[in-house]
Amino acid sequence: MTRSERKNLLMGLAFISPWIVGLLALTLYPVLLSLYYSFCDYDVLSPPVWIGTLNYTDMVTDNVFWLSLWNTVVYTAFAVPLGLMLSLLIAVLLNQPIMGRSIFRTIFFLPSMVPLVAVAMIWLWIFNGKFGLLNEILSMIGIDGPNWLTDPKWTKPAIVITSLWQTGGTVVIYLAALQDVPRHLYEAAEVDGAKPWHRLWHITIPMISPVIYFNMIMGLIGSLQVFVGSYVMLGGGGPDRSALFYAVYLYENAFKYLKMGYASAMAWLLFLLIVLLTWIATRLTCKHIHYGN
Amino acid sequence: MIQRKTIHHRAKRHIGKFMVYGLLIAGSVLFISPLLWMLSTALKPIEQTMSMPPQWIPRQAQVTIDDQVHDVSKVQVIDEQTCKVFLKDSPGQTVVVDRQQVTKKIAPQWQNFSQAVDSMQQFPRYLTNTLILCILTVIGTVSSSALAAYGFSRIEWFGRDKVFLLVLATMMIPFPVVMVPLYSLFKSLGWIGTLKPLWVGSFCAGAFNVFLLRQFFIGIPTQISESARLDGASEFRIFWQIILPLAKPALVVVALFQFMGTWNDFLGPLIYLTDQEDFTLALGLQFFQSQSGGTQWHYLMAASLLVVLPIIFVFFCSQKSFIEGISMTGVKG
Repeated sequence: MTRSERKNLLMGLAFISPWIVGLLALTLYPVLLSLYYSFCDYDVLSPPVWIGTLNYTDMVTDNVFWLSLWNTVVYTAFAVPLGLMLSLLIAVLLNQPIMGRSIFRTIFFLPSMVPLVAVAMIWLWIFNGKFGLLNEILSMIGIDGPNWLTDPKWTKPAIVITSLWQTGGTVVIYLAALQDVPRHLYEAAEVDGAKPWHRLWHITIPMISPVIYFNMIMGLIGSLQVFVGSYVMLGGGGPDRSALFYAVYLYENAFKYLKMGYASAMAWLLFLLIVLLTWIATRLTCKHIHYGN
Repeated sequence: MIQRKTIHHRAKRHIGKFMVYGLLIAGSVLFISPLLWMLSTALKPIEQTMSMPPQWIPRQAQVTIDDQVHDVSKVQVIDEQTCKVFLKDSPGQTVVVDRQQVTKKIAPQWQNFSQAVDSMQQFPRYLTNTLILCILTVIGTVSSSALAAYGFSRIEWFGRDKVFLLVLATMMIPFPVVMVPLYSLFKSLGWIGTLKPLWVGSFCAGAFNVFLLRQFFIGIPTQISESARLDGASEFRIFWQIILPLAKPALVVVALFQFMGTWNDFLGPLIYLTDQEDFTLALGLQFFQSQSGGTQWHYLMAASLLVVLPIIFVFFCSQKSFIEGISMTGVKG
């Protein structure tokens, strides 16, 4: 290494030193420690006691654990694809030559800015079984709305609806991608007589596929960790624990029952699940992703 | 033949346009109405929050007795002519009056806001704590991420791009994995029940922000730095006097995201804060809801609106940077 190379190395390390401190103290150290805790009985108050794989084998027989995993998977299976489709639809509409685009865009984006706790409050009121706005509107078109937050069948759909309301950020990302699709592709397709549906399917979606993939992965990671809606609206689970999500049960184990070892084991399993699902999603879609240039 | 074809084509275009506007307007109504409903409820007298069917305009029922106007909390119809009214200014007292004496006036209840603030008890503390955290985390994040991003983009050093992959990899780690060890770490430092766990970490350059700023720094031509180096400028001076001013739009985006993130954070304060007077607005709002139960919806909506409004204000002041920032995360990501 020459002198100037060494100087550059030191200078580079000096600039990234805040990140190095964070990596060691706030990422690597806790990640490794939580792996260790996951093999321990630990309640924060006394030192951890090594118990081998007991936390992991306990999970297999813990019905509530499986329920929380199932609830989260069901939630993700609806919230992510519906969110991707709804936001793409809105973005495509906003990308048409229309008047007042920025007003529409602001309206669709605004709900995604609302803090999650406030979102929970607003929808708690809208879903209210007695005086709720939603069921009143449904009854106007002849639908007898369910008791969204007290009927175990409807708690998950209710939380999916609140997540769809906050899809504005994804819309903006799509919109930016749509504006990068070269116009001449559409013009050529129009000359060939392609219908709007065909243009969407054969030009738009392939051209923005990397962004769809990005939004899908982000949605997946976020959905598997969904917490605030269930915790605030349903007091951590709702009727029959029908909306007890993985992150909520994990939180309860850690801070309500002080089973920190068990919570750490759950956290590691969540981590592995995220990596696995990301890998599967990548494998399934990589053939269809079209990277320009 | 040709003419008919173009007419047909045009008609189709019109139908298409009509559909686009129709869908956009319908969608906008769906997206904006929960916010309007929050506003509407926040301005209603309590009895109107429970009126069926729901009403959008806040109104106050009033009765005129002996030329004096009284607010009415409840009206019970007795027969076609008369009704029994419950007066607000003397609770428990009812008066039988002619139905024509009862009127409904448009009357936004602005005092709901001050009463909501009062019944949240520690609202000023919540606000102060939230602002302190927002300021500290914005300073921490912007300064540390800018330094790190500079180190990852404007200086060539051995192994730099491999280390940067590590930055990206850490973005995959979900918060629950580090939650328990961080809690026990902060506990051993005696930080639980203080604001420290919620801001100290922001001075350690979060991966996402480093990534965002690095993307921006890479786009600045290298010649600028090289000519400054030839002139004998130190690396820090190049960073401070040349690169940072050029990167202002990106720094604004990072600052905005961090502000929003801190303002919205719920899980962090829930875990680390123990005393009510240390709560942030998000946690305080949830605490208020869990205390007051599901009855005083007008106060709950007023309190929620107070939590939402500053964010909406910040958004409207910086809409352009915001939209650009979010677009940047997706397109370059």
